[in-house]
Parts: sequence; C-alpha cells; structure tokens
Amino acid sequence: MEKCRFLFSGSGGQGVITSAILLAEAAARYEGLNAVQSQSYGAAARGGAARSDVIIWDQPIYFPKVLQPNILICLTQEAFDTYQTTIRPGGYLVTDADLVKKPAFVDAQRVELPFHQSVMEQIGKPVVLNICLLGTLVELTGLVRIESVKELIRERFDPSFHDINLQALDLGAQLLKAHKK
Amino acid sequence: MSDAVKFIQGNVVCAEAAVYAGVRMFAGYPITPSTEIAEHMSVRLPRVGGKFLQMEDEISSLCAVIGASLTGHKTMTATSGPGFSLMQEALGYAVMTEIPCVIVNVMRGGPSTGLPTHVGQGDVMQARYGAHGDHAIIAVTASNHADIFRMTVEAFNFAETYRTPVILLLDEVIGHLREKIRIPEPGEIPLVGRLRTAVAHGVDYHPYLPREDGRLPMSDFGDVHRYNVTGLYHDMWGFPTEKPEVVYGLIRHLVDKIDHNSEKMTRFRKYHTKDAETLFISYGAAARSALHLVENRRKRGERIGLLELNTLWPFPADIVRETSRNVNFVLVVEMNMGQITREVKLAVENPRKVYLANRVDGELITPTDIQNIVRLIQGRGV
Amino acid sequence: MPARDYIRERFFPHMWCPGCGHGIVLNALLRAVEALGLDKKNIVMVSGIGCSARISGYVDFHSMHTLHGRALAFATGIKISKPSLNVIVPMGDGDAMAIGGNHFIHAARRNIEMTAIVMNNRIYGMTGGQSSPLSGYGTMGTTAPYGNIDHGFNTVDLASSAGATFVARTTTYHARELADFIQQAISHQGFSVLEVLSQCPTQFGRRNKAGDAPEMLESYRTGTARIDSKKKRENPDLIERGIFVQKELPEYCREYERIISKARGE
Repeated sequence: MEKCRFLFSGSGGQGVITSAILLAEAAARYEGLNAVQSQSYGAAARGGAARSDVIIWDQPIYFPKVLQPNILICLTQEAFDTYQTTIRPGGYLVTDADLVKKPAFVDAQRVELPFHQSVMEQIGKPVVLNICLLGTLVELTGLVRIESVKELIRERFDPSFHDINLQALDLGAQLLKAHKK
Repeated sequence: MSDAVKFIQGNVVCAEAAVYAGVRMFAGYPITPSTEIAEHMSVRLPRVGGKFLQMEDEISSLCAVIGASLTGHKTMTATSGPGFSLMQEALGYAVMTEIPCVIVNVMRGGPSTGLPTHVGQGDVMQARYGAHGDHAIIAVTASNHADIFRMTVEAFNFAETYRTPVILLLDEVIGHLREKIRIPEPGEIPLVGRLRTAVAHGVDYHPYLPREDGRLPMSDFGDVHRYNVTGLYHDMWGFPTEKPEVVYGLIRHLVDKIDHNSEKMTRFRKYHTKDAETLFISYGAAARSALHLVENRRKRGERIGLLELNTLWPFPADIVRETSRNVNFVLVVEMNMGQITREVKLAVENPRKVYLANRVDGELITPTDIQNIVRLIQGRGV
Repeated sequence: MPARDYIRERFFPHMWCPGCGHGIVLNALLRAVEALGLDKKNIVMVSGIGCSARISGYVDFHSMHTLHGRALAFATGIKISKPSLNVIVPMGDGDAMAIGGNHFIHAARRNIEMTAIVMNNRIYGMTGGQSSPLSGYGTMGTTAPYGNIDHGFNTVDLASSAGATFVARTTTYHARELADFIQQAISHQGFSVLEVLSQCPTQFGRRNKAGDAPEMLESYRTGTARIDSKKKRENPDLIERGIFVQKELPEYCREYERIISKARGE
C-alpha cells in the first residue's frame, strides 16, 4: 500500500486531534497496520491552532511527522491558509463548506462538505463535528472499516455519547458518498 | 484484537513499563512534556497498591522518591529540563547514598524554560555532569515504544543492580507520539529485585560495605537493622567521616561500580552497519529520522547504516569505535549542539571523520535535513 | 528500655558547643520515646543540614541525614511508603523556615503524620552566625553587621495557617514540658509541629549581648509564659508557650488508603 499521510488542522476545541487519534488507533489496533499520531501543542487549552499528524502504512514508520500530506483536513480558514501549500500534488483537500470559504489554488482534489451544517441540522450537537469528519475520512481512504471505528467509539466514549457519535460517523460516510455521486 | 496491543503515548508506555518493573511509589510535579507520566501514575499506582504523590516542586519530588526507596520500594519521578535542573542536588544525594531510583527527563528545548512544547536533546551532558562533584551515572534512552518499555524496565534493573539513580532520557517527540505497542507478558522481560541483606538480627550489618562482586545488599527502613544514611562521605556503617583513606575508597567505589561494568549496561541497535561506508550514530527521536533515511537510501543501494544508542552513560565507547572503524565518515544525528558528537570524537580512531547533523529550533530533524548534511560532507552540495 | 539504649553511645560526647540547647532537645526526645515505649525499629529520624541535623546521628533509630531544608520531603516519601513507621524530623530554623520553607508548609497542608521539631536558635550556627528567618528585627549576625532589617516568621502562626493539626511551642529551659510536648506531638495523628527555643550562646548569644547559656536559659524562663496565663495577660509581650493547635483532620496516609480502595473499585 501507499504510505498515507494525514494532516489534521483546525482550532482547539473542534476535536480534530481526537478524530486523528481515533483514525490512527483504529488502523493500528483493528486493521493490523502501523500508525503514528502526533500533535502540536500550544500554551492555550482552548482556541488557538490545533494540528495533528497521522501516518498509516503497512510497513514500519520511522520519521513520524507529516511534512507533505496526501490528505489535508482544514476546519478553519486560518488552518487552510497556513497548510494548503503543503499538500502533495493530487492529494485530497478536505474542508468544511461553512468554515472554509476561500478557493484553493493548489493541485488537489477538493472534498468540500457541509460537515457543520449537516451535523447541526441532523444531530443538533456541534461537538460531534469531528466524528462526522472521521466518517468521511473512513469512507474516503478505505484504510479502516467503519465497524472498527464504531468499536473504538464504544470503548472510548461514555455510553451516553455513543448514539450521537455513531450517528455522526454514519452521517460523515454518507456525505462523502453523496459527494462522489 | 488482544488487549495487550495498545495505541498510546510514549509517556504512557514509560509509566506502564515502570509498573511492569514493579514501581510502587511515584512523586512528581507537573511539567510539559512529561506530565502524562504523572497523570498515568496517579491512575495506575493505587490500583496495584502503590502510592502516587504530587509534591510541591521537583526538588521535593526526587527527595520523596529517594526516601521511599529506603523503605524497600522501587520508586520513580518524571520531569523535564527546568525540573531536572532542580533535581540535581537530590540526584547527587542518591548517587552518594547509593539509593536506587529512576528519574525520567522528557527533554524539551532549552536552556531555561526554552520551548516547553517542542523537542530538544540538550540535557545529555546535564544528565552526565549536572550533579556537583565527581561521580559516575547511568543514563538510557529510546526512540520507539517497544524500546521505551524495554529501557524503562532496564533503568529499574540497573538502579537495583548498581544501587544508583538511573536517568531515562526521553524527548518531547517520543513522549507525546502515539504508536502501537504490545505490552509484554509478565516474566517476558527479566526484572531485578531489591537485593536485601541476609545478615540476621543482632549481627552487625554494614550497609556500605560492598560484597566481593561490588554489590551492596540493602536493609529496608523499618526492618531490624538500623543504620545511618548521609550525603557526607561516610564509612561502611553510613556514618560521616573525613578520613582520607575512607573518602578515597568511597569515591573510587562510586565511580568504579559503574565504569567497570559499563559493558553490562551497553544497549544499542545496529541497522545495516556491517558493510556501511556512511555511519549514522543517533538516539531518541532523532534516530527515527536517521533510520528513515537509512532504510530509504539502502533501497537505492547506498552503503549506509545506523548505530542507535540506548545507553548514553556510561558512554559505549567500544561499540562506537568498533562500528565506525571501517566507515568513510560518521554522522552523529542529535538535537543539540553536539553533546554526543564530542563523545564520539573521543571514542573513534580518527575524530576528523566525525560530523554533526543537528537541529536546535524545536522541530524534529528531518531525513532531508540529514541527507543535506551527508551531501555537504561528500562534497556534492545541497 | 532505659533512655541510653536509644542512643549510639560511641558517638558521644556530642559535637555541639558547650551550652548549646540542642542536647536538651535530644534528652527530652529520648525521654519522650522511652515514655511512649516505641520500638527502635519503628522510628525513623530524618534531618536536614546544620547543627540541629546532627541529632539524627546520635539516636539508634533508622536515621537519614539529608540535604539542607529537604528533610520533610524525604520524610514524606518514607512515611507514605511505610505508614507504620514513626517519622521524626528535627530541623533548624534556617533549615525549616528558609531553604525548607516550602516543604514545611506543604507537609503541614497535607497533614501527613510526622513530627517536625523546629530547633530555633535564631541563627545559622554551623556556618558561623549568619542571620536566619527567625533571628528577628534588629538582631546582629555575621551577615547583618549593621543590625537585621528582616522581620522574623512566627513559626506557630505559619504552621497553624498552613494546616498543621498539632502546633506547640516551648523552650529548652522547660525541659519537662518539652519532653511532654514531644510525646504528644509523636502521638498525634497528623502533622505535628513543635517549635523549641534552643539557645546558641556561641553564635547568637555572643553577638546579641544575650549572655552565655545560663543567661539565655533564664531569658526563656522570664521571657515566655503559658498560653492564657496570668503572667501572659499581665505582660502581653511575652512569648507564649503551650499547645496552640490540636485538632483531628483526615490524615494523609489513611486518606491514601481510601484512594487505593477507590481505585480498585472496592
């Protein structure tokens, strides 16, 4: 398989780092792949820029940082402005239609989806935006089975949050299927 | 999937390995990027009947750890640069009083408060010489989760075997990195327990009289043998002395017990070194970048290898010398201004063929950074 | 067991100066331990650095002579790891209140069952008579040659506010009271602090025209009064002696046992 490098970016509190961890953990624990995840830390616990690097591969991964992602996820305009030039030519650029308004000027396959809007309309809780995004990434990459992520969600989250997260995950997958059509 | 396979941060691996090694007391103070170790210990230790203490600073953290070790428990603290600086006084005390314990320093950018959330490897020499006065020290490191586990357990084993504090030098990148690890089964990695005296109640016990093999059996505080512990030069009963012959005997013992056993503490990994013309020497997170480059260039037929050091102190000079004997040049890859590079130059036959590839801006050195230095050395330009 | 069985006789005579109050503290401590009938193997004495710290070498307990100011930190590690031990921590005024001040207030805050004895001679004796945080305004020291402009701590107030659950003060003149307070402090289930005014004729007395040991001891008799005594009411400036705080609060090691049960889901 191709080495798959993800760069998740957004602002603190959006949960992008959680989605990065879940994706990498599902690949490592349920799919027999190797994965590494790291994140950059700022002094602020909320707000500010958030970034997480994930590499998934079937071979050993040594250098753990992502300099040029195949898949770049930007959940704020600022993150988009900062990172869009790092994407590998032809890679996927995943953005939220509400949160990122500017057009891209790089050679990438734009996956612009209404994560925020769909989550608000269908679930009503903005906190699951990151899990909706994760559903899209699972569908987009085919690296991990959606069932693996569901099992992880059940293991990691408080039972009272299982339903909305599983719903958000499916929603994300559907958004991508609709986008592909 | 088995529960033994986990996807966790390096700091958590370190804490899990400490529990595996039998740690039963941890005292610490929050400091980035080591805090996850304390947090995990606060969860794990009470579950195994151990004790977790959040102290008022790093000074008291190491002091409490040393005190607790005297009651017969394996003990540990974890910190980063500024806290490690505060611990130097107590570190010297543990060296002098020969009290086993493990001190983890998850290195960040320094000096001073430096770069709290970014990587550095600038505390290698502080680990060696930070405590005042002549002494020998053991310091080990790792670059991946399996090795963090293994070297944490080794750190406890060395501490017990040689009755000395052992420093585990991790760094921000591997401390925070999540990757897959299979937690070893109990018994899979041998553990060295506390060597206790066989001297019976009522018979003179000499806490500071080494056996033939150099080891000093201990007696727990609270057990039948009452003795004195002091940071002053002391005799075989642990009482202060200024007699030159006793002072000399003790300093020689403290240094020799480590220097004379350095081979037994040497841990390293070799990657493609047999026919290597270019040899990288690296450790910690920097070694991941070096290995990445080695594996990539090997695919193109380049004769390039890596010697990854897991033991930094006592410095494994013999392994470094042997491995670099037939290479065209040695490139030490580290994230400081050349702390291990100096040691490598002292170890090899021709120090002029030793170069440094470093990065000291808080970012992990990249394979490209290293490749650029290789090209410069080879006169090929970047 | 006679009191002399609690000492390491081979190290006597002790190293303290003639007239020093620290020997009286050692004597009272031995009497207290004897009265309590404690087993030597269950007592740990942890000391810091200075004249006071040498006391740990003379007692036949488990003894640990540590770093300046850090005795309570070492002791905390010992106590939490083996709560069955009686941990006694003698400290000097510089040891406890200057370099060890932070450890002192935090040990008090945790209410961990240990006995801190602050042997207050108002001076750094071993290093030659420098001013300490308890020297007091206007005193002379080798580092206050023009008179000290630093104000002193009130050890009792500091310990009480920091959360110590037993706080007492006495002097080396009141030797029986001293032994009694040490006994009560050791028996107390929580962090206990006992301040003992202990004369240093060599370094403090000499520089402050306080006289030799007999005069200094006499000043402890005339200059102090029991809490709420008639003497104190008539002379409000006198230093109070007695037990200022004696209360029950959850003790740290017992609290931690509760944490262990909770963590194990018991």
